[in-house]
Amino acid sequence: MYQYDQLDQVFVRQRVAQFRDQVRRRLAGELSEDEFKPLRLMNGLYLQLHAYMLRVAIPYGVLNAAQMRALAHVARTYDRGYGHFTTRQNIQFNWIRLDQAPDALEALAEVGIHAIQTSGNTIRNTTTDELAGVAPDEIEDPRPWCELIRQWSTLHPEFAFLPRKFKIAVTGSPHDRAAVKVHDIGLRMHRDETGEAGFEVLVGGGLGRTPMIGKTIKGFLPKRHLLSYLEAILRVYNLAGRRDNLYKSRIKILVHDIGAAAMAERVEAEWATIRDGALEVSDDDLARVARHFVRPPYAERPARSEILERERLSDAGFARWLKSNSFAHKVPGYAAVKLSLKPVDGPPGDASAAQIDAMADLAERFSFGEVRVAHEQNLVLPDVALDDLPALWRALDAIGLATPNIGLVSDIISCPGMDYCALATARSIPVAQRLTKRFADLGRVHDIGKLHINISGCINACGHHHVGHIGLLGVDKGGREFYQITLGGRADEHAALGTLLGPAVAYDDVVDAVERVVETYVRLRSPGEILVDTVKRTGLGPFKEAVYAAA
Amino acid sequence: MPLLKGGRVSEDAWTAVGDEDALPDSGALLVTLKRWQGERESLRARNDAIGIRLPNSAPVEAIAPDLDRIELVALEFPKFNDGRAFSQARQLRERYGYAGELRATGQVLRDQLLFMARCGFDAFELAKGEPVKAWEAAIAEFSVFYQPTGDGRPTARALRRAAAVSTPAD
Amino acid sequence: MSSKAVTANRLADGAVVFRREDGGWSLRIEEAAAVEDATELLAAAERDAAAALVVAPYLIDLNDGTPTDYRERIRAYGPSRAFHADVPTRHP
Repeated sequence: MYQYDQLDQVFVRQRVAQFRDQVRRRLAGELSEDEFKPLRLMNGLYLQLHAYMLRVAIPYGVLNAAQMRALAHVARTYDRGYGHFTTRQNIQFNWIRLDQAPDALEALAEVGIHAIQTSGNTIRNTTTDELAGVAPDEIEDPRPWCELIRQWSTLHPEFAFLPRKFKIAVTGSPHDRAAVKVHDIGLRMHRDETGEAGFEVLVGGGLGRTPMIGKTIKGFLPKRHLLSYLEAILRVYNLAGRRDNLYKSRIKILVHDIGAAAMAERVEAEWATIRDGALEVSDDDLARVARHFVRPPYAERPARSEILERERLSDAGFARWLKSNSFAHKVPGYAAVKLSLKPVDGPPGDASAAQIDAMADLAERFSFGEVRVAHEQNLVLPDVALDDLPALWRALDAIGLATPNIGLVSDIISCPGMDYCALATARSIPVAQRLTKRFADLGRVHDIGKLHINISGCINACGHHHVGHIGLLGVDKGGREFYQITLGGRADEHAALGTLLGPAVAYDDVVDAVERVVETYVRLRSPGEILVDTVKRTGLGPFKEAVYAAA
Repeated sequence: MPLLKGGRVSEDAWTAVGDEDALPDSGALLVTLKRWQGERESLRARNDAIGIRLPNSAPVEAIAPDLDRIELVALEFPKFNDGRAFSQARQLRERYGYAGELRATGQVLRDQLLFMARCGFDAFELAKGEPVKAWEAAIAEFSVFYQPTGDGRPTARALRRAAAVSTPAD
Repeated sequence: MSSKAVTANRLADGAVVFRREDGGWSLRIEEAAAVEDATELLAAAERDAAAALVVAPYLIDLNDGTPTDYRERIRAYGPSRAFHADVPTRHP
């Protein structure tokens, strides 16, 4: 993974010093809240429902053991002993003091992490496939490009005060695990007829109040032009994005208003004036960054592990965990392993300081010291020898991170909701907890198979409910919590927005309603069919009936 | 309002003229884009320096053909978080090679000075605070820059390239 | 009995606080001044915000000392469940 060099270290230390001074001036009353707020947000510090919340960037979801330990240290020393992993591969701490935030940031800067631009009207964390570099279906590792985008966008002086936040995602694989089609800019690596790898560029995807699927404005962009092309898009947006209405200020609204063709034209016109210049990525530039992402020293291993096979046959629990939580790897004899942060009755995506420390140890022991954060709020050990899987499983089980439910009905993606968030209109975590209890039986969970439930506590859709197979949106009806149910969303390369099933369902009834949807799906599905395809085939009718007629 | 330029507070040598005001016979004039577009020929014909106030909703192309004659462009930050002028500044400097004074007006905060300088601004109407102190603190805050602008500061990438050339490859 | 109170976040540590009768700020809503007309109370709170003591003061509605709005109850008493050992929650 990327190692900070001296320049990066100096930069991040200067940033901490700058923020420390800004905090000092704020506490002394030299800066008003209005003046301080954008500065605070540029360092990822929100004023939230209970306290300040710090959102720490985990660039494209990659961490090493030392960084994990620093996160655990922050959780323990400056917070209440836990952190929350988000749908954009970041981590959030909910109880940070403003007057200690510079110290927490300094501790993180020591290991090359920061909270720069995780908030505010800036370019946010660029996210990618949590299996980058190891997925067998990968065309090219997207991480060097994510690192180049990260550096280019960090404290970019022209784009510090955009109309609104800006999110970029990259996939290096035809199977899109990074949800690029619902990002402000989505980049999909693919090959042209000559076999050269480049990017399809999509613009204007997004969720929130007005969900939209991104539109392609460039079918094939040669790699070396990536940064100049991004700069052109951002400049067009900075100048033309709406600033009069908070709810119409994302780039998706601009694309929707002028159309994809006009957007492409404007970008091309701007790009023509800046391409082939200082932003061009030379082969040397790429090589210098790519060096950080070379493969770890894998051992020569057979594709089949006898140790694994023996354990699989003798231990049903291990076999089940293996089936749902391990993933194919490019290199024979290895697997990527997902650590579930979705235990029964747990708040989705949370990990205690002790668990984070333990995962750092496990990463060093089993995965060449590297951990990834998946946007579904689980963690990944990307490079585990098949021979080591039984031992890893036992170690994970001992610390509550071995729930065998990855990608299944109880692997729920949820925003923090009204328990934590000042924007929320309903709670989301207790709904997730109750759902995991209803679907606690692992045999049943595995029988149901792949099913993504996403919960958002408000219309801002941080739980990505629009692209859940089952999406729940919390709303307030007369002071009580209700949940709108959508079906048929997808976040992958076949991205689609869910359709509303019917009237919103009360907090007390929503778990029953979801269970009826799931049961209907299991009853009606063809072999191997996922929920979204069943819904396409049968329409919403049977599901409506199951949820509303029985009420 | 004090004008911060070249790291010092200086007298503003320009006279801002409203759209309905009579023009003084001589002296450096700062006019609005609207007035410029209405009286372009007569303004061009004057002996003295011309400056234009460009709204942040106006395309830079509106004055691009006349940059040879313009010695001051005043760009606007109606609210500090309206960042359109950053892009206008870069277009003026980098695409059109504008070499005159580029002034930041409106709600200009000390914490934006470095961003503005990097985008090509060289004069600032600072909304509050002690200008010289603010300037010196702002430009000293960072010594590493990741992205190229027209400001000539070497980027991290350029420094790495140079280091690679002068050190034998691994 | 319905009334209003003033709440804010303490600037230095972000803690949720409620303005007391005596002009101080309390962590406990039970100690909040509950009044019918909160104009003065809010004005005084704004002065404390300008003096960099608190941030973003605003009014909340109370019924018998408890916020009528569920989000405000969560803000006053903590998250609806004790999700982690150290998460303070004291819903009445």
